Amino acid sequence: MKAQKQDIQDLYFMDSRFKLLDIAAYLDRVDRHDGEADFRHPAFLSAIQAMLNPAEGLTRAQAVHHAFSDHSTEPVESATIQFAYGAVNPEQ
Amino acid sequence: MKYIEPHGHMVSRTTDDYQRIAMAGCEILCEPAFWAGYDRSSPQGFYDYYRQLTDYEPKRAAKFGIKHYTWLCINPKESEDAGFAREVLQIIPEFLDKPNVLGIGEIGLNKNTKNELAIFEEHVALAKEHDLPILIHTPHLEDKLKGTRLIIDSLKNANVDPSRVVIDHAEEHTMPTVLDNGFWAGMTLYPESKCSLARAIDMLELYGMEQVWMNSACDWGISDPLAIVKCGLEMKRRMYDEDIVQKVIYDNPKKFLSKCPNFLQ
Repeated sequence: MKAQKQDIQDLYFMDSRFKLLDIAAYLDRVDRHDGEADFRHPAFLSAIQAMLNPAEGLTRAQAVHHAFSDHSTEPVESATIQFAYGAVNPEQ
Repeated sequence: MKYIEPHGHMVSRTTDDYQRIAMAGCEILCEPAFWAGYDRSSPQGFYDYYRQLTDYEPKRAAKFGIKHYTWLCINPKESEDAGFAREVLQIIPEFLDKPNVLGIGEIGLNKNTKNELAIFEEHVALAKEHDLPILIHTPHLEDKLKGTRLIIDSLKNANVDPSRVVIDHAEEHTMPTVLDNGFWAGMTLYPESKCSLARAIDMLELYGMEQVWMNSACDWGISDPLAIVKCGLEMKRRMYDEDIVQKVIYDNPKKFLSKCPNFLQ
């Protein structure tokens, strides 16, 4: 890799800063609105923790994937939906 | 820059897109059979779809100097009705000798169900029977990790040569397992899900540039037919030399596609 750390910062710092603010504002938005957040909200917060403290052997990106992933191992009996939520729905 | 689009659903795209990707350097495009965004109501619907993929679409691509290939299957989203899927599977052999058919794909799993897995295994058997390579779709989002593991276990049990299989839509948590088991890995560049351009290049840096390709998987959803060439440009911004970019977006897919009997060098 020819690029140095500062090259990576030059390329991606502003974009990542922008995305980080979007995440912060999303969390504020959920907090601000009425009603109850569903299973996706605690999964999102867990994924942030996983990113900050990835388990040994995982990159930060892998840790986020793992936080959102279904870790069961057997095929399910049947499907009731065709789409994915982005986080494991405990009722599915 | 010249490149190969190894995974694009052009039946869902406009002719303008063919023009744009041709102008950007696309020389070869491969179109796996997939879900139309709704469940087809009859096996005859698939018959007509396979005619479109093997007859009409190659002609549309050729108008822009693009060589069009295809992969055939019933996709995993419509495999949950196993009886219906088996009716469709019976149609497929009639099309396997068409000159632009590369193999069986994109097969795989969607919600990781028993029926999906059974139909996946029957597709694998069909590919083995006809000695064809396989293109695999891995599930979306929270289902991808489990689905990729189930798929790899199934392929190992079937004694499939991993060097003739691409496991597509790989991401950071699945790509190491795919490559460590000898399979090819595909990375899908999507604006909203799967891989961003920067993350795809990160994965090349982390997991190597062998047995890997990238694709746009452009279809009827939010997707970008120019994603590959944009990633090539992003690689240049990351100071990669032209020959490395060409390896990833042209030489690598060509190397895998050369394993397909109908692929013309």
